[in-house]
This record gives sequence, C-alpha cells and structure tokens, in this order.
Amino acid sequence: MSATNNALAEAPESVTVSTSATSTSILLDEVTKRYPGQAKAAVDGITLEIPAGKIVMLVGPSGCGKTTTLKMINRLIEPTEGRIKLGDEDVTTIDGDELRRRMGYVIQAGGLFPHMTVASNIGLVPKMLGWPKAKIAARVDELLELVSLDPAAYRDRYPRELSGGQQQRVGVARALAADPPVLLMDEPFGAVDPITRQRLQDELLKIQDEVQKTMVIVTHDFDEAVKLGDWIVVFSEGAHIVQYDSPERILAEPANEFVENFIGSGAGLKQLTLNRVKDVALADAIIGHPGEAAVDVLERIVAAGHDHAVILDDRQRPLSWPSRRQLGRLTTISASADPELPVVGQGSTLNDALDTMLVSNAGAALVTGRRDSFAGVITVEVIMDAIATARANARGTAVAPVGTNTDSLQIVTDGAA
Amino acid sequence: MLWNFLVDRWGQIWFASWQHFSLVVQSLALAVLIAMLIAFLVYRVPQLSSIANGVSAVGLTIPSFALIGLLITPLGFGVAPSVFVVTFFAVLPILRNAIVGLGTVDRSVVESARGIGMSRLRVLFTIEFPIAWPIILTGVRISAQMVMGIAAVAAYALGPGLGGFIFSGLSRLGGANSLESVVVGVVGVIVLALILDLLLLGLGRLTISRGIRVSH
Repeated sequence: MSATNNALAEAPESVTVSTSATSTSILLDEVTKRYPGQAKAAVDGITLEIPAGKIVMLVGPSGCGKTTTLKMINRLIEPTEGRIKLGDEDVTTIDGDELRRRMGYVIQAGGLFPHMTVASNIGLVPKMLGWPKAKIAARVDELLELVSLDPAAYRDRYPRELSGGQQQRVGVARALAADPPVLLMDEPFGAVDPITRQRLQDELLKIQDEVQKTMVIVTHDFDEAVKLGDWIVVFSEGAHIVQYDSPERILAEPANEFVENFIGSGAGLKQLTLNRVKDVALADAIIGHPGEAAVDVLERIVAAGHDHAVILDDRQRPLSWPSRRQLGRLTTISASADPELPVVGQGSTLNDALDTMLVSNAGAALVTGRRDSFAGVITVEVIMDAIATARANARGTAVAPVGTNTDSLQIVTDGAA
Repeated sequence: MLWNFLVDRWGQIWFASWQHFSLVVQSLALAVLIAMLIAFLVYRVPQLSSIANGVSAVGLTIPSFALIGLLITPLGFGVAPSVFVVTFFAVLPILRNAIVGLGTVDRSVVESARGIGMSRLRVLFTIEFPIAWPIILTGVRISAQMVMGIAAVAAYALGPGLGGFIFSGLSRLGGANSLESVVVGVVGVIVLALILDLLLLGLGRLTISRGIRVSH
C-alpha cells in the first residue's frame, strides 16, 4: 500500500510553476542570540538547514525563541554569534536592509502601512529597488490576482477599508512583490477568525504551488504546522530543537514526551488530515442504473458478496445507495436521488471522509471525482489501512534536514532518526 | 472715529499685519523643524521623552514678556529677539504632540517596514512621520494660535508686527486715538489667528492621507 506517495505525484491537477520562481536554501550555522543582562541565551547555538522551495514551520510554546530565530534569518535581530547563509552566500555581515529587501516578510495582521493605498503598500519594495512605474503597476495587479483580490476594486483602497483576511492577503502580496526567493512569516494567520484562517492557509498552499518559494513560518498552532509544513521544527525553550522532521513522522513518532504533549491528543486523527481521498485505494462497487429490474441488481450484489449497490444517473453521478433489503422491496430501480447520501470528493482529507462515513448508515462513503462522477467507495478499513501505511512510511521516508543545537543532547536527534 | 483711524493709517496697519503674520509663519516653520528634530532624537527613549515633555510644560509657564526683555541684552533690539521668543514658544506644543504622535505609531507597522528592508531614516520619513502627521499638525495649530498673541510682545523689543499699535495705545491711554490703536492691534491679531488656522486646516486636508484621516 505504498500508493500514498505515488498517487500524490500523479495528482491530476496540473501544477503551474511560474517561470520567474526562484528559491534558495537557508542555513543557520551555530547561531546564538544573547541579550545583555540575561544569563540564558534566547537562542542557543542553533544549526538549522532550510531546504529550497519548501515550507518549514517553526513551532513551540510562546517564548521558546522561534520568533527570534525567524528574525535572525533576515537579521531584524542581529545574531550574537554564528553565521547565516543564503544558498552559497554568507549574509552574516552584508547590509541588513539590503538583505531584507531580498526576503519577503509577513507579520500578524499584515503590518500594512495605514497611510498608503493597497497598491502603494505592495509596490513599496519594487519602488525601493528602482523599478519603473509601469512595471510596478503591472506587478501590483498580478499579485492582487494571485491573492484572489480584484485589482480594480482593491488597488486604491486603504488598509482600514479591508477586512482582516484581506489585509493579510495584501501582506502576503507585498512580501512577494519583488519576487524574493525567501518568505518569512511570523504568526501570519494569528489575528483572523478560524474560518478565514483555514481559507488563507488553503490559499497559501495554492500560492506556494505556483511560486515555489522557500518559506519559513512561525506558529504556535500545531495543526497549522501539520497542514502547511513540508517540514516542522519543534522548539522547546531557548530555541532548542526537539524534533525536525516531516509532519507524518512527527505525528507517527514524536521524539519525546514534550513533542507528544505539544501534538496534543488525537495524533492518529491529525495524520488523516495529511492524506487525501485520492491518495488511497478505493473499494469497488456494484453499479446499477435507474429503470433496471431490482432483482437483476440484487443478483449481482449477492454474486459479488456485497451488501449495497450504487445507483448512478446517466452522467455517472451517484443517486442512491440501496442495501440488499431495500432492493428486495423494489421491482425497478427508481431515478430519485437520496439527499442524505454520504458523498466525499477526491480532494477531501481522510479526516473529512471519516466524518462523513461516521454519520452514514453504511459505515462507508461514496467518493466522487471530476464533475461529481462516481469514483469508488471509501470504507473505515481503507482509512485504518491509511493510518498504518502512513506510520510505516514515516519510518522509511527521506532523511530530514539538519537541525541541532551545539550543546543539545544527541539523543534528541537520534530519537527521531 | 475708529473708521477714520483705519482709513488714515491703512497702509501702516496693513504693513504691520503682514509683518506680524510673516513673523509668526516663519517662526512657526522654524519651530516645526526644531520640534521634529528634538522629537526624533528623544521619542524612542522614554526617559528623554519625559524630560522633553517636562521642559515643554515648564517652558510654557515662562512669561513671554519677561523672556523678551531678558533677551534684549544678548540679542539686541528688533527682529532677532522677536523671532527667538516666538519660535521658542511655538516649539513647545509641537514638540509635545510630535513625541505623542510618533509614540502612537504601531510598533508592528515599524517592524514590518524594517522587515521589508527600509532603512531607519526611511522608516522615519515615509512611515512614522506621515502616520504621526495629523497629531503633529494639531500641535502646529495650537502653537499658531498661541504665538499669534505672543508675537505682539515683540514690539517691546522694537520688533515687527501689530504689537506696536497695542503698546503705543496703552502707553498714552486717554490720549487721542489711543483706544483705537489698541483695538486695531488686538482685533488684527485675532483676525490673523483665524486666517492662519484656516490655512493650517487646509494644509491638513492636503497633506493627511485619506487612509488615516479621522473622518472622510
């Protein structure tokens, strides 16, 4: 059942990669931040490798040094010791302002400038870089489209005329303005309501599909880290890296009790949000069509050893899902649609699928693909298999990027390996 | 009688009014520059800010008449002590508002400005200053009203302006045209103050971004 990863690679949706997309890896090399008058270092000799074009989530309890670590990447906070590398270039001592112009930066609520229009906010970095006006204007419109805001309607608005979610989108657009290879975000979705947050997260993933940047995102929300991250760094106090691994592996094999507590309850269920229905093998079903004799359909079910038949309309969309007993009472199959039919799309997470099947009578759910046509049946067994596979796969996946502290106990990383 | 006084001395009144207005506007401009410079130097350090606020509070209690009298010795008569006194008093409310205004700029806005690669000075001029500008401008308007009256004292040091009418009238009170002279001086100051306030209000309309204007 290693279909999980292969299916992902063969996903039917075409991924458009912008030709201008560039990304760079980042390396923090034994970086320390000590504040005067404090005995303990805020960040203690951290070595962190951030692979190009991936989303790396920094998570940990508040005050653990994750934000300090993030701000040392663009040197808003100057490290006391250590080196920072952007690709092959050592940027520890270059001009900080120049460095920051090469990295997008997004903070909670967007940090928009209230006295400037949306267009001026977004065009600020290109303007500082000396782009011609026409090019800036075109870029602003392009970015507004990217973050799903209509340029004509929003270009000339001021930040206070936008909702929190819209401000956040403009913040992301501003960060992407000069097409920087790196995007740093500090609790980007912390100030919006849960529904907007979910939508913004989905949109960020969609944008990442297009732009393929190296993104480093700080969050205190582990679920957000699992959803967005290609890799997750779990920090404890003093920016000590407790575990640096893929979401799958952290969920399957938390390095220690600290990580377990941080994941919270229901690690198995969280794993289900990592997999989509299209990634798992679906069960077959016996198909019937309206107008057929019920006896014929019943015969086929019995022959196949199934309990239910799926009735499809002429465009292969599921109408109803009668059981043997229900079929026994019918003479011909009716064309009426069952409004309570448990249906999930192929793009849904296994978590959503499980929710749907738990409320259905059949203990399973019908899966639909393109244009709502029937694709197969997903059962509780399939989902149990998926959890088991994910756990097995997690043990065998690629080696995680390097992330250590100089003085940390080696068992911390060994435990995860 | 007042009418005759006005008609007879129209040229003189007009000239003095213009001089008065010019003294105030130029001193005010100078005061804005000085106040902002001081505010920029102190607003990030709480201790320095409170010292600056304390100085401006104490400064406002100094009698302007005494100050100009004392300044005649080092600066002589005429324009120099007048400009000094008017500017000195004009700085105080502007300084206070500038410190408050710069302090109200959201730290997260400054941080994101730094985060996208703006230099410290650029943040100051393109972000902090424009956001604080409505509050600073309110300080300028308060200053303008206040120093319009203070500028009349300049006449004591033989400086320019409408103060001359007031002083000469008061010194020979009961004599011919003495009351008219005082009235012309006082009313002239009030009219000039109203005109300047209107101009500053217009300046605010032109210079305060719609994104941060209180009502639109």
